[in-house]
Amino acid sequence: MTTQTIANRRVLGRVSLRNVTLAHGGGGKAMKDLIDDVFIREFDDGSAPFLEDQARFDLASLARHGDRLAFTTDSYVVDPLFFPGSDIGKLAVFGTVNDLAVGGAIPLYLSCAVVIEEGLSVDVLRRVATSMAEAARSCGVTIVTGDTKVVQRGACDKLFITTTGIGVIPPEIDLRIDSIAPGDGLLVNGLLGDHGAAIMCARGDMALDSEIESDCAGLHELIRSLLAAAPGTRCIRDATRGGIATVLNEMAEASGVSIEIDEAATPLRAEVRGFCEILGLDPLYLANEGKIVIAVPEAEIEQALQALRAHPLGTGAALIGRAGKDKPGRVVMQTVFGGRRIVDMLVGEQLPRIC
Amino acid sequence: MKYADEFRDREKAQILLREIRQLADSIEITKKRPLNIMEVCGGHTHSIFRYGLEGMLPPSIELIHGPGCPVCVLPMGRVDDCVAIAERPGMIFTTFGDAMRVPGSKKSLLQAKAAGADVRMVYSPLDALALARKHPDQDVVFFALGFETTMPATAFTILQAEAEGITNFSIFCNHITIVPTVKAILDSPDLQLDGFLGPGHVSMVIGNSPYAFIADYYKRPMVVAGFEPLDVLQSIWMVLKQIVEKRAEVENQYARIVPEHGNPPALEAIGKVYELRDFFEWRGLGSIDHSGVRLKEAYARFDAEKRYALPNISIADPSSCQCGEVLKGVLKPWQCKVFGTACTPETPVGALMVSSEGACAAYYQYGGITRQSPADADMVV
Repeated sequence: MTTQTIANRRVLGRVSLRNVTLAHGGGGKAMKDLIDDVFIREFDDGSAPFLEDQARFDLASLARHGDRLAFTTDSYVVDPLFFPGSDIGKLAVFGTVNDLAVGGAIPLYLSCAVVIEEGLSVDVLRRVATSMAEAARSCGVTIVTGDTKVVQRGACDKLFITTTGIGVIPPEIDLRIDSIAPGDGLLVNGLLGDHGAAIMCARGDMALDSEIESDCAGLHELIRSLLAAAPGTRCIRDATRGGIATVLNEMAEASGVSIEIDEAATPLRAEVRGFCEILGLDPLYLANEGKIVIAVPEAEIEQALQALRAHPLGTGAALIGRAGKDKPGRVVMQTVFGGRRIVDMLVGEQLPRIC
Repeated sequence: MKYADEFRDREKAQILLREIRQLADSIEITKKRPLNIMEVCGGHTHSIFRYGLEGMLPPSIELIHGPGCPVCVLPMGRVDDCVAIAERPGMIFTTFGDAMRVPGSKKSLLQAKAAGADVRMVYSPLDALALARKHPDQDVVFFALGFETTMPATAFTILQAEAEGITNFSIFCNHITIVPTVKAILDSPDLQLDGFLGPGHVSMVIGNSPYAFIADYYKRPMVVAGFEPLDVLQSIWMVLKQIVEKRAEVENQYARIVPEHGNPPALEAIGKVYELRDFFEWRGLGSIDHSGVRLKEAYARFDAEKRYALPNISIADPSSCQCGEVLKGVLKPWQCKVFGTACTPETPVGALMVSSEGACAAYYQYGGITRQSPADADMVV
């Protein structure tokens, strides 16, 4: 691998227009200028030259990290692009980094494909690219390849980003969603539902003002210290769309166990609780972007909690429930009131209730 | 959270449950059959499932989930009318969120939106009026539905639109009123109800006096109830207490919100803007006299039914659908022919499967866990 930065090799193009036009997706000089000026300028850390049509990796150096590749992709279509606590750029990096990290992988490389609606301000694009680059640096990953498309107004909503990630899994780690056993503890690393509530408020549809910020964060370091402290960890999932309810259902189904959670133990911010009360929403289904659900064998619950709480992204970690034997595949919640109810998968989008 | 957590207290619940059990045991009927108590309002149904109350109550008490979910009782023909309005060119059609999934004979509003109609979710009719201000060159229609709880907000919005001289705003009025429907249910011969939990938020507007006939004529106890789980338990306790003491009265458990005579400004706005329809169709229950309201002639220009040509066709409920029997409490949700098979929250046949306040969706989603029922088996994935 070369350590020479691209700026030393050729002059980067410059964008002069204020807004993206179809010409910027046309494959010619305008496109090269946009890619150079907005993306490469931000993403190039000198570790991988942006000269070829593909990023190339040295297999031997990848193999030093572990014995299996992890490979994942995700598209980000959030509206608005910038919201309290984060933005689409950070989301696109942290989201894919987390998808690698929850499998126990060390995240290494990302791709970045953007679909831009014509008319988007170049400044907005720059802010997103800067944000992506900062997020990538903070996670120790490099954005090594990408693609840029511009579509006609109305054909997409401002900006869509797809990131694909490659990581390597160390030999001693083998996290599997079908390995949860009765008696295992279910943990989360902090307050739930912040991202979902922040986005719904930021959209302005609900005419509600709030101080709630997205919890968007890269969790690879937190997960690394968790796995060091609790090597018997069965599996980890990030509780993004569909919230922890969806993840718990997937876990129960895959492992053929029942899961019982305790409503009183689920960590929720007062503002998020209030938000859900007003709109008639269930916080268990709200999206998170910096929260994971962890299944840990009974004997390691305490050290897992300690390791999580010792990290800034896990200070609010809590044991929220246990896996059990009866009714495999079912998730049940002990309510604060002392009753029990089923926590099922959500059918569609959660819609606010009329009254 | 203040004003919520106090009403979700586990220990107090145990005390109430103990007393409820004792009261129920002292009532003679419970030796032969469970006591049937109907919660009229969908908000109660939601709380009952949300907190797992059914499983906490003794088997001698059966809760019958009544017709008080305005989204659930919306007939298909009215949804078709909504879709017809929404699909007009240049139209912005606004609705409460949970009405978007209700099936029409061809499609729901959510499907109309997917097909290109400009359907927007709002949280209040005032948000719809704000859209009308913002888009003066487009027509904005608000899908007004709900019982007396939401009626005043729509009425005040109409008055506001009138005061501002806004001309591109109207409502598609589907407001309904609960009293004639409770009466229709009480007259239904196949039904045995021992008491009612009254709708708290409706009563906040109309007060307690409209229910007097339930106690006076039908001799059934009615307790106007709040929506937190302790509210519901205390209200059940109050109904039982009446039965034990051989009283039939309208009592107010929700006095912190419900004034004896309702809310005068809200009632005034209702009286000013709406008039009773001769009849209104309810999904599953059929046509019920004087159970709906429409805008008075003086506000005709805000009435989408008058502004736009609507199909206005009454569509019969699918023959397989037994929402009516479930609404009246004759059938339990899982006893319906299509529950959990043809009718699921993904593909609702009947409206009770649509909103989380609908008894069927609530059973499907939250389930009767501790009460062993066929529904229990259906819900294991």
